[in-house]
Amino acid sequence: MDGLMLFDPLFRVPLLTGLVLAMALALLGAYLRLRDEWLAAFALSHVAAAGGVLGLPLGLPVVLTGVLAAGTTALVLGLIRTISNNHYAWTILFGWAAALVLAANTRQGSVVTESLLRGQLYFSSIWHLAGAVLLLGILLLSLPWLSRRLMISRFFPDYYQGNRIPVWPHRLLYGALVVGAAVLGTVAMGAVPAFAMFFVPPWIAFVLCHGWRSAVYCSVLIGVAAYLLSFVLAMQLDQPFGPVLVLVLAALAPLRLLGYLR
Amino acid sequence: MPPTVLIRLDGLVAGYTGPVVGPVSVSVQAGEVLGLGGSNGAGKSTLLRALTGTARVFDGRIERRPHLSIVHHQQRPERPPELPLMGREVLSLLGAESDPPALIRPLLDRPIARMSGGQYQFLQAFACLNSGADLVLLDEPTNNLDGDAIEVLGQLISALPSHRAVILVSHEQAFLEAHCHRRLDVQPWMA
Repeated sequence: MDGLMLFDPLFRVPLLTGLVLAMALALLGAYLRLRDEWLAAFALSHVAAAGGVLGLPLGLPVVLTGVLAAGTTALVLGLIRTISNNHYAWTILFGWAAALVLAANTRQGSVVTESLLRGQLYFSSIWHLAGAVLLLGILLLSLPWLSRRLMISRFFPDYYQGNRIPVWPHRLLYGALVVGAAVLGTVAMGAVPAFAMFFVPPWIAFVLCHGWRSAVYCSVLIGVAAYLLSFVLAMQLDQPFGPVLVLVLAALAPLRLLGYLR
Repeated sequence: MPPTVLIRLDGLVAGYTGPVVGPVSVSVQAGEVLGLGGSNGAGKSTLLRALTGTARVFDGRIERRPHLSIVHHQQRPERPPELPLMGREVLSLLGAESDPPALIRPLLDRPIARMSGGQYQFLQAFACLNSGADLVLLDEPTNNLDGDAIEVLGQLISALPSHRAVILVSHEQAFLEAHCHRRLDVQPWMA
């Protein structure tokens, strides 16, 4: 592919959409790891894919039915008091199977499922970009309040309940942000690439950094660098973006060894 | 309820899917350190959880002074693996960074992932005691602590201001006797 295509206006919206999502997903990934819920992102991505396909016969937008499916799943999972990665693993199995079975029995389902599982960044519209900017904006604005609440809940689990402070505001906001990020990430990048963006950057950053703030910045930096490198490589080498992003992130994982050398 | 009473349990029976402990009747006054004893499985930790609302109350009631603030040091404090938080950051969550004792100071700028089990236990107990909460619930805070840390922990408990109180669960009889004003032996619930 012509290298100049990288700067083609046609690719500006996809480039910016992915860039904003890379920041949001890598940032939220740090909190998913803090709460030991990182598998939840993978689970919600698969359920969002199934929801997206489910909306096809009804003529509804993929993002809308994806959000409804992932949001409902997040609410149901939130009711489980002893939630663990076992529940998220079960949800992945269910979401993956449901997406493919629905695809096999829905007109155009196979095409949509393929694009949701592998990603379709180059077809991102201005609406996807607007959604990603809105998501990142809400996340950044709420972070000073939300971060403290999530941390206290992690280290002192019954602090809010013991002091009769309602936990639903931060749980609801955090859940909505994760669902929004999982759905937008799935639609733009694909289920597996979006999960890689949630999972790998904080996984590396947590062993490289000392201090929460530096780890969060490092996670975002890794996510953005991996995304930009993948975008360029995919364009220059005429390769599918999603798998290239996953390969780049996977290749960065050995950076963790540097943390053990410190 | 008299204003000096922070919390009062009246015939409390608590548990999870079924009753575990009780009935327990006791009041905790400001300035008091109440020790909870009892055999393994008697329900001491469950009783503390009932006070924070995370265990179910089957019978009896809990009366709290209005606007009472509580902090709970759990028997096995949460420490997710590889988390990059520094000791100082954990203390700041409860506003407990001020005037750390000499044993805590080296932990302030150390990632919690690189602390020993005893160091992290001590940091968590200090965070709760230095938090300013009216009522501090300490569940086996001496677990994994060496002699020096146990001694400092005892000093911190004894130095608590008179408007605050501690409920202390410990299997270390000497520690309970040295630092508690009163002691209550908890009995498991019998059908």
